[in-house]
Amino acid sequence: MGEYLLRAIDIHKYFAGVRALDGVTLEIKPGEIHCLAGENGCGKSTLIKIISGVYQRDSGTIEFDGQAMNRITPIDAIMKGIQVIYQDFSIFPNLTVMENLAINSQLAANKKLVNWKNMRKIAEEAVAKIDFKVDLDAVLGTLSVAEKQMVAICRALMFNARLIIMDEPTTSLTKKEVQALFKIILQLKAQGIAILFVSHKLDEVFEISERFTVFRSGKLIKTGNTADLDDKKFSYYMTGREFDVKTFSPSRTTEEPLLEVKNLTLDNSFENISFSVKGGEILGITGLLDSGRTELALSLFGMEPATGGEIFIHGKPVKITSPQVAIENKIGFVPEDRLSEGLFLPQSIGDNIIISEIDRLTNGILMDKSRCKEEIDRWVKEMAIATPDPGNAASTLSGGNQQRIVLAKWLACNPDVLILNGPTVGVDIGSKHDIHAILQELADKGMAIIIISDDLPEVMENCSRVLILKHGRTAGELSTQDITESMILDRMM
Amino acid sequence: MENKQAGAGSKIKNIYKSDRHMWRLIIIMILWFVFMAVTKFSKFYTVVNFQTMFAQFPEFGLMSLGVMVCMITGGIDLSTVGVANMTGISMALLMQWASGESQELSPIWILIVFVLAILIGMVTGAINGILVSKVHIPPILATLGTGQLFTGLGLVMTNGSAISGFPSTYAFSINNRVAGIPVQFLIFVVVAIVMAFLLSKTTYGKKLMLIGTNENVAKFSGLKVDHILIKTYTLSGICSALGGMIMLANYNSARSDYGSNYTLQCILIVVLGGVSPNGGKGKISGVLLAIFLVRALETGINRFPQISSYYISLIWGAVLIFVMVLNYFTENNVKLFSKKKA
Amino acid sequence: MQKLVRKLLQRNETYIFLIIFALSLVIQVRSGQFYTPNNIVDILSAMIVPGLFAVGAFLVILTGGIDVSFPALASLTAYATTKYLLDTNYEGNILIPILMALVIGAILGAVNGFFIGYMNLPAMIVTLGTASVFKGIMQGTLESKQLAVIPSGMKDFGTSSLFTATNAQSGLSSRMPVAFLVVIFVYVLAFFVLRYTILGRGIYAIGGNENAAYNAGYKVKRTKFLLYVFAGMTASVAGIIRVCMMQQCHPTNMLGMEMNIIAGVVLGGTAIVGGRGTLTGCFLGTLLIVMVENSMILIGVPVIWKGVFVGLLIVIGTAVSAYQSTKAGTKRAKKREEAA
Repeated sequence: MGEYLLRAIDIHKYFAGVRALDGVTLEIKPGEIHCLAGENGCGKSTLIKIISGVYQRDSGTIEFDGQAMNRITPIDAIMKGIQVIYQDFSIFPNLTVMENLAINSQLAANKKLVNWKNMRKIAEEAVAKIDFKVDLDAVLGTLSVAEKQMVAICRALMFNARLIIMDEPTTSLTKKEVQALFKIILQLKAQGIAILFVSHKLDEVFEISERFTVFRSGKLIKTGNTADLDDKKFSYYMTGREFDVKTFSPSRTTEEPLLEVKNLTLDNSFENISFSVKGGEILGITGLLDSGRTELALSLFGMEPATGGEIFIHGKPVKITSPQVAIENKIGFVPEDRLSEGLFLPQSIGDNIIISEIDRLTNGILMDKSRCKEEIDRWVKEMAIATPDPGNAASTLSGGNQQRIVLAKWLACNPDVLILNGPTVGVDIGSKHDIHAILQELADKGMAIIIISDDLPEVMENCSRVLILKHGRTAGELSTQDITESMILDRMM
Repeated sequence: MENKQAGAGSKIKNIYKSDRHMWRLIIIMILWFVFMAVTKFSKFYTVVNFQTMFAQFPEFGLMSLGVMVCMITGGIDLSTVGVANMTGISMALLMQWASGESQELSPIWILIVFVLAILIGMVTGAINGILVSKVHIPPILATLGTGQLFTGLGLVMTNGSAISGFPSTYAFSINNRVAGIPVQFLIFVVVAIVMAFLLSKTTYGKKLMLIGTNENVAKFSGLKVDHILIKTYTLSGICSALGGMIMLANYNSARSDYGSNYTLQCILIVVLGGVSPNGGKGKISGVLLAIFLVRALETGINRFPQISSYYISLIWGAVLIFVMVLNYFTENNVKLFSKKKA
Repeated sequence: MQKLVRKLLQRNETYIFLIIFALSLVIQVRSGQFYTPNNIVDILSAMIVPGLFAVGAFLVILTGGIDVSFPALASLTAYATTKYLLDTNYEGNILIPILMALVIGAILGAVNGFFIGYMNLPAMIVTLGTASVFKGIMQGTLESKQLAVIPSGMKDFGTSSLFTATNAQSGLSSRMPVAFLVVIFVYVLAFFVLRYTILGRGIYAIGGNENAAYNAGYKVKRTKFLLYVFAGMTASVAGIIRVCMMQQCHPTNMLGMEMNIIAGVVLGGTAIVGGRGTLTGCFLGTLLIVMVENSMILIGVPVIWKGVFVGLLIVIGTAVSAYQSTKAGTKRAKKREEAA
């Protein structure tokens, strides 16, 4: 065996004339944990798909275990011991855990008939490998995200994997689950399996990987040992820009809170939550995935109306029973998942911006086209959305610009209170900084902002106070000026 | 042909690309009219022929407009024909009753039946809308069931036979011409203008399009999704009911199995007109063109006595699939090639 | 035992079975005619054609597709086969007609399968289109008319019976057609394929997550294609059987059956989006529709009300299952919270 398990050298790939990969190189040693990082659209997903045989490269060479691989099909890759765990885990939600585990190997073995006893045996062996406890007869759709991922990992291990590629595996995991995953990864490494860990989260890269490779715009920027890396360098490699971290402190706040919540309760999700936000403040709400943070956000916006407690806006009690009521009361809400909750991807950028305020852009019953256009132009300019034409589809933009559209949509409604659930999930570092800057500026202009996030550095950097939730209850409220991340973590866990 | 024009500039290509569906329809239409001019000029290009065409297409044209709005939301309305027939039957029965023995009917009744027909359309449409939005039944199943139900009710009302013994006042006034223009067509024009207005000038149209794109995002954007869906199916119900009223006039009778081809034909027209079956995309102009094209095709084919009229269903089916295949190639060609390489 | 009851209560099939049972009791009480040997044989015999259609429709819906063309497809096949055999003075047994129907059905099904499987066009629109084309070929090209006479082999098949059930009281008797064996054969085949072959699990897998099925190594396009071919074949056989049983070929009287068949499959618990459903449910759902269509007269409901009842059944049935799935959704969410 040579020094490297996998060598992908000088890979080029074009899609319909657009260059996706421009001569990138990736080398992975046997049994190492290698992190592949880069912003959205940098080509890392494309390279993974080339290695796993989903796409074919236009030029370049790939060697696995010292052997050149010319044309790779998905089955070839599996046979060589390359396994990919995709972000959606590529599982069947309608089948049982057992079938999910066994079906791939049965297919790979070119079996025609199903032997249920044999399938159960395969599944039992698969979960035993990493000591994963799960009901094999449970339908997969009923499991938690972390459990689904474990199923995907177990499945990958069945093929005598030599290299496991994990595509942003921590995206929807809780902190605890991420730690569990890292433990498994180290276990796999001990068995001599190399891991290619795709991520753009700094802390994870530092914690788990030995070596790293960074791509930017389809080009290789840097590869080396993680030990030689620090935060600043990493951001620079990813974005090509340097950032100053500026911690937010409110310049001036309103006397009275704009939003006050007393003993808010949603059955089976959270209970007795109380807090208040003044204009000019940024409040952080954090907690684990099961803490009820998302549900709290949904209740404040009327998607899942609270079942108990009171909400005051400008000191007046209101019952927020639907998003329309929330909007009437000048609450804006940037949801967690941009793709399924935030944006009409195939529709124009303009329509995405004005949709929530559209009822105001009329004269009587007719839509006022010129005012619509004015609004669109104004927000495209104000939010610096990088597009040649606001008539283009929102899907043509990068993650960061898309998130700006969602922000613009709510700012156009002129809210007093803006609630953001995971404002920078899936947004690259550059845009993340820009969005933070925008939020701080908005607060300085007098808006009350609530950031709900489990990204602690984000919370520490932007929020003046932080509310910590645990199992649907308040686990503390701290001022960020005089605490450390670990103090929040202690209360979260 | 394309090679020759390639020099004529990418300009034409760009215009074509900007609204592919429209241009495709216009080209097909021109070709057809030229073909008819060459082969059957004297039989096709007559005032009477065009008047007949314009009297015939409003019945399914109106239903197509209803199916169109539902399809823009990502749904479908399979109950149109059921609603149309049930409306026609109940109004025929009403007029029968109102005229009594005399077989005479005062013109005011025409207004009354139209208002009542619209009401029936609203109620039936609202039922569909509620089933789809509040009860969360997939539109295809909900409207399939209600369509069956309305057809069944029509059958019960007529006892399975046709109702024809009602005063001719109604058929006479609708099946008439004002300054040479068929009344049916005028009704259609009014509805089409209202629809076009709703879709392009009001916020309703924009919201409709966005709900069709992604219902969940629409909810998060604060749109009253249920409300708009109910409105949309109600609109479709009204269109169907009016379609039924025109059928009543054209046939001078009502029966619960009239126009059973129209369900398919409406979907064909709407897809042909460029509305995406997945929702979120479509223009009324395309659908209007498609309505007219379908009628012109059928009328034209009828001018060839040697071709069985049964071929028309074959041609429609083939055209529908052909259009889908065309869309597939124009929209997915990049994907297609890369996949073939893989 | 308790676990078994709880498991049964979670299943759609249990409810549909209870509804069928309740309906049968109502009919029995009102007319005293349901639980008689001849009525049960009548219902089973009425199940033959819808039952065959339903298997094809069920498999297609399982993958997340839909087929509304099968009645037109079956009509075309049945007419073409019968007409050709009449014209050639065919004197032999039923095997050749069935074989012909299978071949024609496979070809027509392949048309659907090609557009839907390989070109990935929306199934609903494609099958609406092909239904229209099939009808056009039958009525236009073949100039279909009612055929009052059918070949002797088909006639014999239609009249031959497995056994005859007689109602001792009324003296009425009903034959169980041999064709019922075909239904049993197709259901057993479908059951075996779904449960014990990798291909069958693939049908569920594709319905659950098409991309994952592709990643796992399934030939998704080919599987879909083959299913439409299979649906075409079963529908065609059903068409031929119907002609045999009716002793004549009426080209258009199967048209319009698609809606009730699909409704039956969905009432049986098959998710219209695919991935979920059982053959038992498919059979029971179809049985319910057939019972409503055929037995209403026994409780004094005039035949003319059939459409209303079937329509109501579809609306209420789908509403209940829609309600159940939203409830299941929230339950699942809660369970996930507890697990997390």
